[in-house]
Amino acid sequence: MRTAAAPKFYETKKFKDKVKQTIIFIVLLAGSVLVLSPLWWMVSTSLKSPSEIAQYPPTFVPKEFHFSNYVEAWKTAPFTRWAMNTFFIAFCGMAGNVLVNSLVAYAFAKIRFKGRNALFIVVLSTMLIPGFVTMVPQYILFSKLGWVNTYLPLIVPAFLGSAFFIFLLRQFMMTIPNELIEAAVLDGANHLQIWWHIMLPLTKPALITVAIFSFNGAWNDLLGPLLYINDESLYTLQIGLQTFKGTLQTQWHYLMAMSVMVLLPVVLLFFFFQKHFIEGSNIASGTKG
Amino acid sequence: MKSYDTTIARRGADLAGKKVKTSRRRMSRQTRENIFGYLFISPWIIGFLGLTLGPLLFSLFASFTDYNITSRMNFIGLDNFKRMFTIDDLFKTSLWNTLYYVLFSVPLTTAGAIFLSVLLNQKVRGMKFFRTLYYLPAILSGVAVYFLWMQLLSPSTGLVNTFLAWVGIEGPAWLFDPEWTKPALLLMKMWSVGGGMLLYLASLQGVSASLYEAADLDGAGVMQKFFYITLPMISPIIFFDVLTSTIGSFQIFQEAYVMTENGSGGPGNSLLFYNLHMWNNAFEVFDMGYASAMAWLLFIVVMILTIINMKLGKKWVHYEGGDNK
Repeated sequence: MRTAAAPKFYETKKFKDKVKQTIIFIVLLAGSVLVLSPLWWMVSTSLKSPSEIAQYPPTFVPKEFHFSNYVEAWKTAPFTRWAMNTFFIAFCGMAGNVLVNSLVAYAFAKIRFKGRNALFIVVLSTMLIPGFVTMVPQYILFSKLGWVNTYLPLIVPAFLGSAFFIFLLRQFMMTIPNELIEAAVLDGANHLQIWWHIMLPLTKPALITVAIFSFNGAWNDLLGPLLYINDESLYTLQIGLQTFKGTLQTQWHYLMAMSVMVLLPVVLLFFFFQKHFIEGSNIASGTKG
Repeated sequence: MKSYDTTIARRGADLAGKKVKTSRRRMSRQTRENIFGYLFISPWIIGFLGLTLGPLLFSLFASFTDYNITSRMNFIGLDNFKRMFTIDDLFKTSLWNTLYYVLFSVPLTTAGAIFLSVLLNQKVRGMKFFRTLYYLPAILSGVAVYFLWMQLLSPSTGLVNTFLAWVGIEGPAWLFDPEWTKPALLLMKMWSVGGGMLLYLASLQGVSASLYEAADLDGAGVMQKFFYITLPMISPIIFFDVLTSTIGSFQIFQEAYVMTENGSGGPGNSLLFYNLHMWNNAFEVFDMGYASAMAWLLFIVVMILTIINMKLGKKWVHYEGGDNK
């Protein structure tokens, strides 16, 4: 404690807070430059000519803007087809994830069936199993079923529940008052009706979160298509892009243009639904349950 | 909101009303609950048996055989496991690479995410914007991002070495130098630390302000408040994050597969991670028996680490209200 002299202005709490806030603001601003510069670099490289990319020292803003890089990059492969394939898989997976996980989560949150708690612990513990451990036998299973080189291995598992989404939706459903369900039960509604007419509308925010995460996951998935898809016409964007590495290694302007185009839907989705991205992660952090 | 709830409840009741005449009362309520419960979770049960438990048991069995998809499964005892530790040198390399990555990436990303979340929890102008911005890289992943980083890490004309040159440091060759390939991946990982940041931010917002006010009265400094209040209060989330990111880091694969020549594992096998080696055994040479043995060893290692983590967690994780109720 200082001696009790009259506090000078620069010693007041208000002033100190201002200084602290300004320092933090500057640090965050500097950090944003670091966070954003890779993305800036990607867009900038995608618009350069090959000779400008090889130039040293590198330029931050392209001297000439070669927008044609995008058109040419798109034409080097059946990108339109691949984009449609990816949309199809992501959309089916999304539908499966939303419907099935909400059904399962509803049971774990609101139906008092025998063994519920023990089974929920099993659900949670499957999250601890590394995916690679089950990958080889799953591949063997799907190949015995004759599903290799079809989209079935990429879509069907989404209809069989995902521990993470079940957990997320169950946490959300726990906050919905039991009275609503009890009232409907007393009136003779069965659980299927309650789920469809009461639970689904009330859990819309969480369902949107699941839909977005599922879509995003399928859009970015490389491993699945890499394992199961052989025909070029069935490729997704990720695996299509991957095949370019060897052929276009030196043509960074094309590679970056393709990368921008593949990431663009994800970025747009993020800015449209950022509230849900952020809430989704918050719900997932509710590990108290 | 209230009226919305009641409308929905009424709608449910109306619907149910139509069914009342057929309602069967002979089945006990508990039996009905059981039937509906199991019916509703049946997709998960099928998935669990077919895609998790079944495969787990199959790979346990296959790990004692020389199965290669086309042949019959011949029982060969512990030969696969012997091969890992005595014949297969790449196995040791891949294990070492993976441990190196886990050992660095988990503490670095955890510390980075906590630091960032504390910064983003202050009352500063434009905070919502900053939070969105710092979270953005966390949602970007896949091949495009790996390409981006291959370009950023390019030794002569890449952005990273250009930045380093500004401050007078001659940057390494990153992905072309076996000494620097793993640090390069760690750098890439740090870019997307925003995912963890959000977890911590959510839990920081649950820490009561009165604790800090009391500490202020006692004349505690910034550091003291951080170590004696903030860290203990968010320790359950730290524990959860460390556990999941350890398991996640053990599974590093895609980065190495895409960023090295034909998934070869990079210069001097410096990016040959455990899963990449397992992948090559399973799907390049179709040595499924051996790959299954590797998978089971991974499973055991991860489970042991999880148990250690949980035991240690009891010592340092602080649950509000005493024992974890």
